Amino acid sequence: MEFTFAEQLGFRGLTLLTFLPVIGALVMLLFMRGKANAYKATALVTSLATFALSIYLAIVFNTDTAAFQFQENFVWIDSFGINYHMGVDGISMLLVMLTSFLSVIAILGSWNYVKDRELAFFISLLVLETGMIGVFTSMDLFLFYVFWEIQLIPMYFVIGIWGGERRVYAAIKFFLYTFAGSVLMLVAILAVVWWYSTDAGVTTFDILTLQDGLSGLPSNWAIWSFIAFFIAFAIKVPMFPVHTWLPDAHVEAPTAGSVILAGVLLKMGAYGMIRFNIGFFPEVAVDAIPYVLVLSVIAIVYGAWVSIIQPDMKKLVAYSSVSHMGFVTAGLFVFNLQGVEGSILYMINHGILTGALFQMVGFFYERTHTRLIRDYGGMARPMPVAAAFFSLFVMGSVGLPGLNGFISEFLVLLGVFRYEKVFAVFAALGLIGSAAYLLWMYQRTMFQELTNQKWLALKDINAREILTLVPLAASALFIGIYPAPILRFLEAPSENLIAQVEPFLAQKQSIIELASSFLGGF
Amino acid sequence: MEHEFASYMNWIVPLIPALPLTAFLVTIFFGKWFIKEQAHWLPILAMAAAFVLSLLVWWEVRQAEEGFYVELFTWIPVGDLQVPLAFYADRLSTAMIMMVTGVATLIFIYSKGYMHGDPGYYRFFSYLSLFAFSMLVLVLGANYVMLFFGWEAVGLCSYYLIGFYYHKTSAAAAGKKAFITNRVGDFGFSLGIFLLFVTFGTLTYTEVFEAVEVEGAGTATMTAIALLLFMGAMGKSAQFPLHVWLPDAMEGPTPVSALIHAATMVTAGVYMVARSSVIFASSETAMLVVAGIGAFTAIFAASIGIAQTDIKRVMAYSTVSQLGYMFMALGVGAWIPAIFHLITHAFFKALLFLGSGSVIHALSGEQDMRRMGGLRSRIPYTYWTLLSGAIALSGIFPFAGFWSKDEILGITFKDGAYIIWAVGLVAAFITAFYTFRLIFMTFWNESRMEPEVEKHVHESPWSMTVPLMVLGGLSLVGGFLGFPPEAGVFHHFLEPVFEPANEILGIHHEAFGAIDLTLMIVSVAVAVSGVILAYFFYVRQRDLPEKAGAAAQPLYKAIYNKWYIDEIYDATVVRLVIDGSRFLWRSFDAAVIDGIVNGVGKLWEVSGAAVRPAQTGKVQNYAGMMFAGVFVLLSAVIIAYGL
Repeated sequence: MEFTFAEQLGFRGLTLLTFLPVIGALVMLLFMRGKANAYKATALVTSLATFALSIYLAIVFNTDTAAFQFQENFVWIDSFGINYHMGVDGISMLLVMLTSFLSVIAILGSWNYVKDRELAFFISLLVLETGMIGVFTSMDLFLFYVFWEIQLIPMYFVIGIWGGERRVYAAIKFFLYTFAGSVLMLVAILAVVWWYSTDAGVTTFDILTLQDGLSGLPSNWAIWSFIAFFIAFAIKVPMFPVHTWLPDAHVEAPTAGSVILAGVLLKMGAYGMIRFNIGFFPEVAVDAIPYVLVLSVIAIVYGAWVSIIQPDMKKLVAYSSVSHMGFVTAGLFVFNLQGVEGSILYMINHGILTGALFQMVGFFYERTHTRLIRDYGGMARPMPVAAAFFSLFVMGSVGLPGLNGFISEFLVLLGVFRYEKVFAVFAALGLIGSAAYLLWMYQRTMFQELTNQKWLALKDINAREILTLVPLAASALFIGIYPAPILRFLEAPSENLIAQVEPFLAQKQSIIELASSFLGGF
Repeated sequence: MEHEFASYMNWIVPLIPALPLTAFLVTIFFGKWFIKEQAHWLPILAMAAAFVLSLLVWWEVRQAEEGFYVELFTWIPVGDLQVPLAFYADRLSTAMIMMVTGVATLIFIYSKGYMHGDPGYYRFFSYLSLFAFSMLVLVLGANYVMLFFGWEAVGLCSYYLIGFYYHKTSAAAAGKKAFITNRVGDFGFSLGIFLLFVTFGTLTYTEVFEAVEVEGAGTATMTAIALLLFMGAMGKSAQFPLHVWLPDAMEGPTPVSALIHAATMVTAGVYMVARSSVIFASSETAMLVVAGIGAFTAIFAASIGIAQTDIKRVMAYSTVSQLGYMFMALGVGAWIPAIFHLITHAFFKALLFLGSGSVIHALSGEQDMRRMGGLRSRIPYTYWTLLSGAIALSGIFPFAGFWSKDEILGITFKDGAYIIWAVGLVAAFITAFYTFRLIFMTFWNESRMEPEVEKHVHESPWSMTVPLMVLGGLSLVGGFLGFPPEAGVFHHFLEPVFEPANEILGIHHEAFGAIDLTLMIVSVAVAVSGVILAYFFYVRQRDLPEKAGAAAQPLYKAIYNKWYIDEIYDATVVRLVIDGSRFLWRSFDAAVIDGIVNGVGKLWEVSGAAVRPAQTGKVQNYAGMMFAGVFVLLSAVIIAYGL
């Protein structure tokens, strides 16, 4: 059954959703130079409208099927078989909602954050939003790549212009890593499209067509394309050992940049793995399981371990993201329902919680102009409301049941355990690690004696700031207590994903078992 | 035969945890600005109401052998994993909720007096209510995930309440230490849950236990499950080597120590093992480990209790030691005596903590027993109630602790576990000694108080002394729930819960005999001699402790320093973690990986004059390069297909 926008919505919902932010940005650019209140309000309204639209789409969305919905498809560049093809399944629907949600939060949260070239800042955020949504809604490889590159540029500006002292270094590092990833991805795209066009006689960039058409891909082609895609996405996730751009980028990025970076950009890496590494090369993906799991588990343990000693709050949260994203990649590649659904839910939860943590570090920074943990201490006294919110998000990240982080962590660990116990044992060390680094940080910043008497005069977070945190806190609680409505979106596409690899999984199970028994287990 | 439960059970069972949850929400949101110093009313009333409802549940449950199950909604539905948010009120959880709500009500009332005037008054009562909610979910949950939910939530409340005086670094550090140590246990606990699910395909108690009985699994698997679960219990119930957090937890206000770190939360591990009796009974190895760890902890912690001078720390080590007794009992299959001891211990240890709190309250915050003394006549209610708790803890006939502890020792002996019995007996001797050391140092002899403190000594208000008297009464008569030994009301009530486990173990009931009487006499004699020795040391010949300490210098120092366990952890685990973290960050992340990246960056920079302006640090230049990059890449697509 085809799910077209015409039948489901009657209007081009995804196009509207994707380009709404850019339209808002254009309006701001053309009519609102110098009018701070007007362009800020426009930015906020635009992002709110985008969020509302994504909610509407989610309501109309049919969660019973893994098929792509609200599809729009028309020819763009005919001679290369490039189409303007958009559509979402449950996975991308959720990620789109996350993107539009966090964009509102980021815009509202940076209301007074930047002083310099403010209009350009808010325009960058909106262009970024279009790029990110486009990545999740594209069903054409070329379109995907265009959006992938588009969202890099505003992000690069956000870090490089409105960033901290070492912003140039951070931006270059971000650029180098990203550039390497883009090149590899492009090569991989060209390879698969070229092979398909020689094999089938038609050139197409259509993701679904390629997914079916690549089953005959010779294995050395498949392996090399898989590796190229994988490295590109692994950088984005980021997986160990290509993660070192992240701490620098986060530390230097302004608050909104960090919120979006951690909240959405990292997920694009994992999303790419789902669509291309697994979707295009299921057989190679099965072969890759042990490697991916080893790297993921290293990321979990290594990220947590390195987080402990970090002197800078943002750097700490950044390294913790490396650890948390390890859970995402691990859950994805065990190919059982708990692992896959848990992994995708983990992305959403990480977006909410880490977004919130960065937002709050930003609030503290605006008041104290320092992010160093040792400069803090005793902040709960002047800022009790902030400390309460902070503890909620910290506990969510620690994986406390009742909050969202627990559900996804539990599911991923169970999924990994089901696949191979040894990996789960190491991954579960992350449970101890996250408690250690986050609670130690919390103790040294919010609790203890006041290190600086000046802090006594600080104002607690204001109504606007609370307004940005309440939705984050509410969604953390909601998903923690009643995750079923979110999980419904993931069921069909996850089953579909697993069905793609199932035949190869069964075929290779014996080899894996042999390897596992070699590794030792119960 | 299915028992038909009254339909009102469907809502009173969920209401029991819901009441304190409501109290928490109202108090935390409205306490600061609206309720303020009246913040105690709602939590106390909610708790008392929960207690009444628990009695109703008991009335219903006692008529049935099986438990009452109620499901609210599906919490985590993913494929074959379907975790419902459900409650299970059987005889075991009913015994627990009666104890929890009852003791909590008393401690809430006590807190009204104890915390009076504290700037965080509303905060205190809201956390206490949240704790009560979590604890009730823990014991009422119908599956292992609900148990884990409550388990972590009580840990969270414990974290907040230990660090209640958060501006004190020691308090904040103690809260963190408690949480992280518990996490080490939870690491095992969660793996145990996974293994359970993978083995039996369900996490609901009744289904798991049936599967264990009917299908079973290999011994190795059962042992692994049991030991992993037990790891969680060791963390929560502060068993060696994960006991280190509990003494530090005394940084929290005293009502917290009484409620969380004596009566309820720390017994969660005992509850968990008892709840999983079928699983543990299926593995001899696991039972041996439980008994061994329990016995060792009992004597190990008791030994430390001898040399502590902080009144609350003595109690803390005593709690660790008494929890050890409970695990010892579980490990030999004495399920009911373990729970019995859990309940009596809740009475007398809550009493001892609250009594200590009353002493501390009277002495304007003094906790060091070396600066106490002579308080007998100054605070008589506190003295007499505390004394009854001390007699109960020492295990002297006919106080509550006697019945439960003696039963544990009796069963270990009759079971042929003579080593464990002997260890337990020696620990009982030490227990009586340190308990009466506390009594003598605090209340007897002449005053050693600071003059300023002495001027202000006063008996506590009724809100504090009444709970003390109620608990004192329970410490005196509570033991008769278990009379006659091994066949009391309490035993008959809980028997159906443990029947399956006893069947696996082949335990059958024996009538009370001469051997039991002999053992009773032995254990009372041991306890009394402990008291007498304390009397000699701390009343009659008060230079003896110093002499004995000097005579056995290294031993005394080791005990005084808690066998250096904290120091050992600091020098090994903590050091490894911190130094390792620094090493990985500086020497791997920054040096190796970034070294490579920066090298590439350098190459880029020196590779030509074209990128010269780049070094000026103009971001726009890089952006331009990026645009160029994108352009080149996109054109590559066009060219590749154009050719």
